[in-house]
Amino acid sequence: MTTTNWTPAQPIVSIRDLHKSFGDLEVLKGISLDVMKGEVICVIGPSGSGKSTLIRCINALNPINSGSILVEGQEVHDPALDKLALRKKVGMVFQQYNLFPHKTALQNVMMAPLKVLKRPRDEVEKHARELMNRVNLQGKEDSYPGELSGGQQQRVAIARSLAMNPDVMLFDEVTAALDPETVKEVLLAIKDLAQSGMTCILVTHEMGFAREVADHIYFTDRGVIVEHGPPATFFTEAKDPRTQEFLSQIL
Amino acid sequence: MSRQIPGMSVIVQGKTDLPVLKPYRLSMSAGPADLGFSRWLQGVNPLTFVAIAGLLLIWPVVVFAQGGYTTAQAFEALWRWLPFLVTSGFALNILISFFTMLLGTVAGILLGLGQIAPLKPLSRFSWFVTQLFRNSPWLVLLFIVMLAFPFEFQIGGTIFLIPDWIKAVFGLSLPIMANISEIVRGGIQSVPTGQWEAAESLAFTRRQTLWQIILPQCFKRMIPPWMNWYAILTMATPLVSLLGVEELVTLSRQAMEAEDNHPELLMPFFGFALVIFFLYCYPIAKWTLRLERKFAVKE
Ligand SMILES: Nc1ncnc2c1ncn2[C@@H]1O[C@H](COP(=O)(O)OP(=O)(O)OP(=O)(O)O)[C@@H](O)[C@H]1O
Ligand SMILES: [Mg+2]
Repeated sequence: MTTTNWTPAQPIVSIRDLHKSFGDLEVLKGISLDVMKGEVICVIGPSGSGKSTLIRCINALNPINSGSILVEGQEVHDPALDKLALRKKVGMVFQQYNLFPHKTALQNVMMAPLKVLKRPRDEVEKHARELMNRVNLQGKEDSYPGELSGGQQQRVAIARSLAMNPDVMLFDEVTAALDPETVKEVLLAIKDLAQSGMTCILVTHEMGFAREVADHIYFTDRGVIVEHGPPATFFTEAKDPRTQEFLSQIL
Repeated sequence: MSRQIPGMSVIVQGKTDLPVLKPYRLSMSAGPADLGFSRWLQGVNPLTFVAIAGLLLIWPVVVFAQGGYTTAQAFEALWRWLPFLVTSGFALNILISFFTMLLGTVAGILLGLGQIAPLKPLSRFSWFVTQLFRNSPWLVLLFIVMLAFPFEFQIGGTIFLIPDWIKAVFGLSLPIMANISEIVRGGIQSVPTGQWEAAESLAFTRRQTLWQIILPQCFKRMIPPWMNWYAILTMATPLVSLLGVEELVTLSRQAMEAEDNHPELLMPFFGFALVIFFLYCYPIAKWTLRLERKFAVKE
């Protein structure tokens, strides 16, 4: 891995003029944003505005066309980048959980540290059990994903990501597939994480939650950031008509 | 697309390439299974089959009753030949089917993995080879291999003769390889892409993802179609009699010749061949479908 002279005083994620197209469809048209260590930012916006694409670019699940994404000072889209090293630093939780169905909850959490980081098993297991407790799933260690509710599966997915000790967590509409009753338990787990100082980038439709946990909110529409600001002012003083319209529909 | 398997009158449906981007649970049914043959075979009521075989056996009595040779004599001849036909003839069919399946499976897995390789030339090539051998008549492949392969080869100063049945194994392995390749590709692609992405975001390498996350999920689903192909293959082994390999059908013909080619021999001898293949493949078909149901319920 190349060394950089990144210090925690600089943004941990820094995006400049990011452009991304799928074929002829330009999905991101010049996105720039900075995230400081320990910060929680929420990205909101209408469906199809490129929110998922944006956060998938941050851990190089999607290649980009132009611009720059630095994570801890490292260019994510440098062809020489060690993608594995990047992904050890950036965790991601998906809307569809994507747990490994042939493994129990605990095995799901243990798998990456064991196989990827090659940590000793007893240490990994101890950490995994702590994480299961942290997302409030004690007693579900030996359940298979198919035996868990959506909310429980999503919390396992969060624990699975945390097991890699990432510096940044990405959440892509992680409550969108859940029943209203189970949304709360997942949001609670994320909130706990956010308050513990984890750097989080969340795509969400939960405005109440965004207002509560976010340090900064970005509103995207058709591939650009239309407006952004801290929640205290963002929700009440939105200036752009597109933001106002979106907020009026969703609030 | 449907194709005719040479040597039998079963239409085998070609597999479609279902794109799988559905939520996880839903996609589980889109497995690689295409069990048309097993389904047909296990659907045959054994009693019906015995009845038909019985009718066939009576038939020569009606047609050739005026010859001096009786059906009883024909059966008596079959009875004499039976141990030989089973231990030398049918045993070779089974041997051929085993080795073909072994070779075809190993090659098919490699080819199937080649089809999903990120390296474009490799995946294109694997796809092409798969399609080529899936869509060629088995008999033509057999002839090519039998005639193109040398009869012997030399290692050091020693000359090894290659028996015909080994060449038959190579020939039959080609279509089996191609079909196993499709099973592997279909199985892997039936796993939702979200699984790949989750593994990728956890810093698994592609190889780790494939072996530790993807294949364990689809391995079971590949077994029933694999067994289905084994049954089809076994039923197709008499094809090699056309090339002179001394398996059951060839030996039956030779035995009948030794018994002076009485027409009354035809039905007992070939009827017997039919029955023994059926007895061997029927339980496999049953078992295939049982596994298919079991895996479907579990997942
Ligand atoms: N792999 C892909 N290939 C082609 N087009 C894609 C691909 N992924 C996304 N798109 C397109 O890019 C656009 C933005 O998609 P994206 O998933 O980023 O939107 P989103 O803001 O996350 O929407 P949602 O709120 O519905 O999740 C959409 O028009 C989508 O159709
Ligand atoms: Mg999205």
